Amino acid sequence: MRKLALSDDILMTVEKPARYIGNEVNSVMKNPEETEIRFAFAFPEQYEIGMSHLGMKILYDMFNRRDDVWCERVFSPWVDLHKIMKEKNIPLFALESQDPISSFDFLGITIQFEMCYTNILQILDLGHIPMHALDRGMEDPFVIGGGPCTYNPEPLADFFDIFYIGEGETVYDELFDQYKEWKKSGKSRQEFLEAAAGIEGLYVPQFYDVSYNDDGTIAAFVPNNEHARPTIKKQVMTDVTNAVYPEKPVVPFIKAVQDRVVLEIQRGCIRGCRFCQAGMIYRPTRERGVDKLKEYARNMIKNTGYEEISLSSLSSSDYSQLEELVNFLIDEFKDQSVNISLPSLRIDSFSLDVMSKVQDVRKSSVTFAPEAGSQRMRNVINKGLTEEDILGGAGKAFDGGWTRVKLYFMLGLPTETEEDMKEIARLSDRVARRYYEIPKEERHGKCQIVASSSFFIPKPFTPLQWATMFTPEEYIRRAYIVKHEFLEQLNRKSLKYNWHEADVTMLEGTFARGDRRLCKTLEEAYHTGCLFDSWSDFYDHEKWMRAFEHTGADLDFYTTRPRSLDEKFPWDFIDIGVTKNFLKREWENAMDEKVTANCREKCSGCGAGTFGGGVCIESKS
Amino acid sequence: MKVRVKFRKNGAMRFIGHLDVMRYFQKAMIRADIPIAFSEGFSPHQIMSFANPLGIGVTSDGEYFDIELARPISSKKAVKQLNDAMVEGMEVVSFLQIAEEKKKTGMAIVAGADYLSSVTRGSFPENWKEQAEAFMEQDQILIVKKTKRSEKEVDIKPMIYRFEVREESLYLQVATGSVENLKPGLVMQAFANFLGVPEESTAFANHRLDLYADIGEEGERNLVTLESLGQVIEE
Repeated sequence: MRKLALSDDILMTVEKPARYIGNEVNSVMKNPEETEIRFAFAFPEQYEIGMSHLGMKILYDMFNRRDDVWCERVFSPWVDLHKIMKEKNIPLFALESQDPISSFDFLGITIQFEMCYTNILQILDLGHIPMHALDRGMEDPFVIGGGPCTYNPEPLADFFDIFYIGEGETVYDELFDQYKEWKKSGKSRQEFLEAAAGIEGLYVPQFYDVSYNDDGTIAAFVPNNEHARPTIKKQVMTDVTNAVYPEKPVVPFIKAVQDRVVLEIQRGCIRGCRFCQAGMIYRPTRERGVDKLKEYARNMIKNTGYEEISLSSLSSSDYSQLEELVNFLIDEFKDQSVNISLPSLRIDSFSLDVMSKVQDVRKSSVTFAPEAGSQRMRNVINKGLTEEDILGGAGKAFDGGWTRVKLYFMLGLPTETEEDMKEIARLSDRVARRYYEIPKEERHGKCQIVASSSFFIPKPFTPLQWATMFTPEEYIRRAYIVKHEFLEQLNRKSLKYNWHEADVTMLEGTFARGDRRLCKTLEEAYHTGCLFDSWSDFYDHEKWMRAFEHTGADLDFYTTRPRSLDEKFPWDFIDIGVTKNFLKREWENAMDEKVTANCREKCSGCGAGTFGGGVCIESKS
Repeated sequence: MKVRVKFRKNGAMRFIGHLDVMRYFQKAMIRADIPIAFSEGFSPHQIMSFANPLGIGVTSDGEYFDIELARPISSKKAVKQLNDAMVEGMEVVSFLQIAEEKKKTGMAIVAGADYLSSVTRGSFPENWKEQAEAFMEQDQILIVKKTKRSEKEVDIKPMIYRFEVREESLYLQVATGSVENLKPGLVMQAFANFLGVPEESTAFANHRLDLYADIGEEGERNLVTLESLGQVIEE
């Protein structure tokens, strides 16, 4: 029987001890004596959130297929355990072996959103691993970061030895092989990092020097080590159909946020919304073959015992074999009471028909993401959803018996006028009007239209990366304009409006487009007690503001400052295929309110064609 | 066909709460290919009901749940298939057919449970074994039961059926179920108080041995294990 890292006394005190004991169905146990590489894979958030993440499942599975690697999982200890571990100096451990992560060869950290940055420092701190890469010695693990936030890794540069830019399927094998060779050779830590820097897609931040102009912008970003490449090329798994897939994912004992079988049907998105980072960094769009997906679905239900299966993609309706796949799933599992959930679907006759088969119409709602209220604004962000689509889709849903509609919007978009803001309320009202056009005797009571808005955050590698942000006060002012307009609407009693917090928005925006000078601020914030910043219960705005002040970092520089088209960005050294010229062109199209066609309609020459895969070669093959 | 499944829950699994154990077995049924029956309706669910929940931190050799089968499967085959789908610390002991009448099945029949309890933190005075007998010779064993609204004194002695020294542990059999329910931790706490050991300084490991139904008549108690009410399903 495994010995647990935490004593019974502690496990009996903390909330949900199941977060810390491992031993779940399909978790992988190996003999440490027989594995050359111990890899701790951390998701710096609560267990229930981390266990829902597909990328981690893929790499856990892929690493553990190698006999010489044992990959184990690590999550952020919740605040109650954090306190105990600090007081008693208990080192953070991996779930499978319960061994301290400081004794591992690698600590991989997946970085999914900016607001988990303090949690990364918690993992290093509780893990008894020196926080700064430069302070680590031969006994310490190599700390490697991956995930969407590494498309601008600079605000975390001091804390990581290596960043892996792009999809994990491609060069980890090469890194592991290099590591084994290095381990035998007795060479220095620096020499391994040099070997890693030689692998395409791997970025070693300590091998670069950054100098700044008087106005604080970047003057130069240059390698200081001959092994470091001037640009780092994003890694892409061109053939996703034949990529590894976790057919035996770990099944948590406690309920995870996404507690179901997940089928990734495609990567990337053809749509080209100008605010969307995923839509740019995951180009080109690549589909998984439908026959493989059918096989995965069968095997994964059998291997996990889940009673729900969900499709995963940025825009499921664009998957060319969707109808075949969905009909298969309904047919295959109709006797086993397996639920099917279909997120990110365009609402049309097909999807409504499918939804009425797989869910209870009375209990569910239909969701639209118009992102902006006015057509003008939707043209700026290149959201190809027209009012006709929304009202037509909602109308069909109402006719089919649905009465609840959710609408997602953004506020604070570039060029946004008061008219644009008010259109959010008016569009919501027009959806409600469509419902009340149905004769009273055929309706099911009142409809409920819930509109929510988040504040737009410009992200690296998007056409809107040049946009300025606003102050929290200005965001709130805009939300109130929308709120008041809602009160003016005819059907206001059927409408509801929510908006997100503005303080966290500003902080997320700061780190999204930040540079390595923010490492100090982040460290200060962690040491003064900032942790779990994405949880409104724990987010401490004052502590953060003090951290900025103490470290001399200027929030306005990162948020409200206008950026010129020729400014050198901290992330410019990364080559994602999509070129900066394309992004500039798209920024100008946004300013001109000009719409750009999606990848299937017409290639706009973004640059992702260089990978020679997916939608870029569809018409040619 | 109604079936009773007996399982063990040991090791790290003692930290998995009752609801999560239920979810665990729902998934295990599918992994193990057990032909379990589903309820009717728009969102059908497996027909499964659990016996008395086990507290977090307590291990057990005698846990039970009842299920309804859509098609028969032999006991031998089902136990093997289920154990192939278990994690370390969970083990299926038996898979037995039980009577169809509601009164004898379901988990309403649970009347008792027995436990082995031992001290894991702090210690008892040297003469604790002799004191065990004296403990049960008291007229009353009073403890303070705290609820959200009030505190009241309760005599738990009638709910303690047996209390005996077994080597370095204590064996206790107590009332369990929907009518009367006594947790082993409370008994051990009362015993510690009786010995004059301060409450905060001790912790106990409690291990449930089995769950019992009362088949006695006219107020006479006759406890039999839930397992003994089932029959092997042959190939």
